[in-house]
Amino acid sequence: MFAFILSRVLQALPVMLAVALIAFAMFAYVGDPVAIMLGQDYTQAQRDALVQSLGLDQPFFVQFGKFVLNAVQGEFGLSYRLSRPVIELIAERAPATLELALTAALLALLVGVPMGVYTGLYRNSWLSRFFLTFSLIGVSLPTFLIGILLILTFSVWLGWLPSFGRGDTVALGWWNTGFLTVSGLKALILPSITLGLFQLTLIMRLVRAEMLEVLRTDYIKFARARGLTNRAVHFGHALKNTLVPVITITGLQLGAIIAFAIVTETVFQWPGMGLLFIQSVGAADIPVMAAYLILIAALFVAINLIVDLLYYAVDPRLRISGGKGGH
Amino acid sequence: MRGWGRAAAAAMAGLFLVLLPPAPAGAQTVRWAAAGDPNTMDPHSQNVGTVTMMLQQIYDPLIQRNADLSLRPGLATAWEQVQPTRWRFTLRQGVRFHEGEPFTAEDVVFSILRAQQPTSNFNIYVDSIERVEKLDDHTVEIVTKVADPILPNKLASVFVMSKSWAERNNAARPQNTRAREEMATVRQANGTGAFRLAQREPDVRTVLRRNAGWYGWTEPGVQQGNVAELVFRPISSDATRVAALLSGEVDFVLDPPLQDLNRLRGAPNIRVLEGPEVRSIFIAMDVFRDELLYSDVRGRNPFKDLRVRQALYHAIDIQAIHRTTMRGFSVPTGTFFPPQVNGYSEAEDVRLPFDPNRARALLAEAGYPNGFGVTLDCPNNRYINDEQICQAIAAMWTRVGVRTQVKAQPLAPFFAQIQRDDTSIYLLGWGVPTLDALYSFQSLLATRNGAQGDGIWNYGRYSNPRMDELVERMKTQSGEARMAAIREALRLYREDVPHIPLHHQMIPWAMRQNINIPHAANNQPYWRYARVD
Amino acid sequence: MQAVRNFFDSDIWWSFTRNPVTVISAIVAFICVAGAVLAPWIAPHDPFDLASLQLMDAFKPPVWEAEGDPNYLLGTDDQGRDVLSAIMYGARVSLLVGFCAVVLSVTIGVAAGLTAGYLGGTVDAVLMRIADIKLTFPTILIALLIDGITRAALPRDVHDQVALYVVIFAIGISNWPSFARTVRGSTMVERNKEYVQAARVIGLGRWRIMRSHVLPNVLGPVLVIATLQLGFAILAEATLSFLGVGVPPTQPSLGTLIRIGNDFLFSGEWWITIFPGVALIVLVLSVNLLGDWLRDALNPKLR
Repeated sequence: MFAFILSRVLQALPVMLAVALIAFAMFAYVGDPVAIMLGQDYTQAQRDALVQSLGLDQPFFVQFGKFVLNAVQGEFGLSYRLSRPVIELIAERAPATLELALTAALLALLVGVPMGVYTGLYRNSWLSRFFLTFSLIGVSLPTFLIGILLILTFSVWLGWLPSFGRGDTVALGWWNTGFLTVSGLKALILPSITLGLFQLTLIMRLVRAEMLEVLRTDYIKFARARGLTNRAVHFGHALKNTLVPVITITGLQLGAIIAFAIVTETVFQWPGMGLLFIQSVGAADIPVMAAYLILIAALFVAINLIVDLLYYAVDPRLRISGGKGGH
Repeated sequence: MRGWGRAAAAAMAGLFLVLLPPAPAGAQTVRWAAAGDPNTMDPHSQNVGTVTMMLQQIYDPLIQRNADLSLRPGLATAWEQVQPTRWRFTLRQGVRFHEGEPFTAEDVVFSILRAQQPTSNFNIYVDSIERVEKLDDHTVEIVTKVADPILPNKLASVFVMSKSWAERNNAARPQNTRAREEMATVRQANGTGAFRLAQREPDVRTVLRRNAGWYGWTEPGVQQGNVAELVFRPISSDATRVAALLSGEVDFVLDPPLQDLNRLRGAPNIRVLEGPEVRSIFIAMDVFRDELLYSDVRGRNPFKDLRVRQALYHAIDIQAIHRTTMRGFSVPTGTFFPPQVNGYSEAEDVRLPFDPNRARALLAEAGYPNGFGVTLDCPNNRYINDEQICQAIAAMWTRVGVRTQVKAQPLAPFFAQIQRDDTSIYLLGWGVPTLDALYSFQSLLATRNGAQGDGIWNYGRYSNPRMDELVERMKTQSGEARMAAIREALRLYREDVPHIPLHHQMIPWAMRQNINIPHAANNQPYWRYARVD
Repeated sequence: MQAVRNFFDSDIWWSFTRNPVTVISAIVAFICVAGAVLAPWIAPHDPFDLASLQLMDAFKPPVWEAEGDPNYLLGTDDQGRDVLSAIMYGARVSLLVGFCAVVLSVTIGVAAGLTAGYLGGTVDAVLMRIADIKLTFPTILIALLIDGITRAALPRDVHDQVALYVVIFAIGISNWPSFARTVRGSTMVERNKEYVQAARVIGLGRWRIMRSHVLPNVLGPVLVIATLQLGFAILAEATLSFLGVGVPPTQPSLGTLIRIGNDFLFSGEWWITIFPGVALIVLVLSVNLLGDWLRDALNPKLR
């Protein structure tokens, strides 16, 4: 177990270093921080002094080392656009994005798995066909169009739900949550549907495919032959066996959800990290982009690690082979 | 999964929702929205409308404006020109800043000096000031370098902050947005105004609360003001902003998109207030470099040739822009400030007629029979339909042979770019907060020579000695001589075509029926004068 | 190309003609592609020709509405641009980006998959680990980052010129692992088959064996994934353009048109945004339906 975790962490290290290198390259070479800080009028002496004080005259690896050291401590400098520490900006926005992503993931799981099981078991019923058609449309509709259509219907025409923002939030320490107020919960509905719909259809199709595969195996045929009820076969054996890939995909999709939150947050003006990122891309605000890149990479590595561990816990075969293979 | 625990916690919390105290809502909370968020709370750093619209609720100048933009006493109760170059201001007594500091003459001296710092963007309002003298705690005298007849108008745009607060918070000079500084004033504000800053989350929300101790609440013309709380949220997407107003999530939209006005007018409970704005839109160009940065002409600068400038002017069908792009919400003009501004002359407000053939002929005469290519820089979220105007103009110019590419970008990178003179031709809008012509001539057409305020927005680097002379006369002379200088400068503007003028903006404000706020031609909602029923 | 011929000789063609939904979606997809590819010749107007735009013609509704103009079948936008022509040219850009991105993914993915599957060992482990990492980063994020970096690194006129290639590269580079995995799996199976062993015995080189013996056998699944990925790639491009960081505004894609039209959603000029939206959905849906059918048809277990 320990060796498994260690090997996974060791594999993650080069990834993080590579990402940090990209981020550093953006920092050091793309924006020309010296020119930006000096403005229009400066002497060569002023420029040299600034270069020295920023440490830009030192060898590449010394600079990179410092950057990594700072990044580990959460020090990414000031945002060009808002003149505030980047890490503060991101910390302010992170709760909004995480709450939205978790709600969307839950929605996708809680609706997607039952739909997948149903369509897997009753392949030819009209409801299954309807679900499948629905899922195809869900995959073919771009997220932003779904968002716009939902706003048009539920905010403008019906006036039931808010069209933008998070509603009222309650501060629990540094975490601003929208889960505790009526307006916060209402504001969550449309964005989380928009964000979760694609994942929902994905999970549904995945569960269906896995169910179809599993139901064909000898193992299930054997269970039936033993005289187990349909119910026991379907839920005790078949569903349980589809869970491993579902867990993997859902875990990995959590990353996708956070990334797609960029689009949803733009449509709904949701004050999360994605909106911050897209505003920073528009304004070429390099420090924010670099920090977002590193943090998201760290998040993904962590998600991968957790998924691997879950896999390890669920699938006993992996334990015997010491964590190798598995694909 | 951790999400389960969180969801359970949320469900539990939902049960207690009814027990939470109700939000401090009520009829007097106004939720308002605009496309852009102020990018600083520093009172002397950024002289742009999105910042001022928030700060003028919080900070008071010595002299305030009524909604019709006439002057009224602010932190100064009286002022007089004791000598041609010396003004005396009697300060209001018993005023306190929001954080409790008493307001004295020290604060006035400090604020004016602060606005004169190189990192300030408010130089133009204090450029004529030689020094500020404190006579006693409640009297100051301002000595100007030359006689400055419009000093009170200028001071109506200079906010007064507390000296001790600024020094305590390490904010003795304005935040330098170019140097990426973090200062207390980026996020905090401490004024004497009708509202205090209660909460500031950049890009998300800014909450202001009524300052019950404000001296103005009892004055005539302000007593009706009953706004207790102001919640501002930037909503950059036009469609979302309109949706928010239609669905009742916001009460007031400062900049409703023109295309949605008909729908808003038809909606129940929504009112559209419209009026002229003191802001003119024009196109300025690089007439300084020997070769343009963004053009396919090599070795010479076509914009240095008057005939080329006239040709581009003749090529613009301003009526089509007025009708279609602006949907009637513009006043086409041949000059660069509107009638509300002192010095405006109808006789000089004459456009070169729309005449594509004349434009082609002028281009051929200037040596460009096949036209040329150029990039038009344009903001896409600063002025009403700015990008659309640029695209329409690009099509019109292309038709006479000047192949125009529009480069539209958000206001932050746009201004950063043109402020580096990194442009060949650009669209700009210019408001006149002093309501006096000098402000426009000095900022936009004077030669940039290092003197405070001269040519600071003259990014095409237009330079004409006669114009500079006239600007100097506007600064120092008064009465008929001054008006004559302005008239001559306006004539010169028409003959020299340093800009291609387009129109004055009309501004609609959209709000719920229960909100009564006087329309202000500087596009600044004065919430202190607003009443919510 | 034997594989392609086999493909059409098989009962797949039969299954195609039997399924009306598939036939319809194939026809719709064909119309979309033809309209897009032939746009410069068959579009009623040239939306890129600034000199032909008349501001007076702006905001004309579709032809069947009261104020419609027969010159503009689906109406005009705020600059007097013909919406139908803009859609045709926009679909052209969308398809171009989607197609090139998929070709890029296929090239990288097939090369990596063949190499990994055939060589095995360390090469396999490294390549597949890279693919794993790549898979965890969503397309849209990678594309945004690549766009953001190039935007900051290049002068703006250079960036505008290369923006189209940047988008293609950004989308293409993020989708190759799904091809690599499939090809690797098939390659491992094929590698141990007798005919490959035989080819090796008679002294054929590694690459030759891979190209002429293994490659044709993995093309079927690659084709299926490519079809499905085409839909994703088109959506990814539309999303980027909607966010305003995709193709340059001088070459508007369907996503760009939707973003611009979005401003007129409430104002009554619905045609400016609805028609490009419908075009995008129809295009992606028909491609996805084809891909779905292709997958089922090639998977004998599901028949």
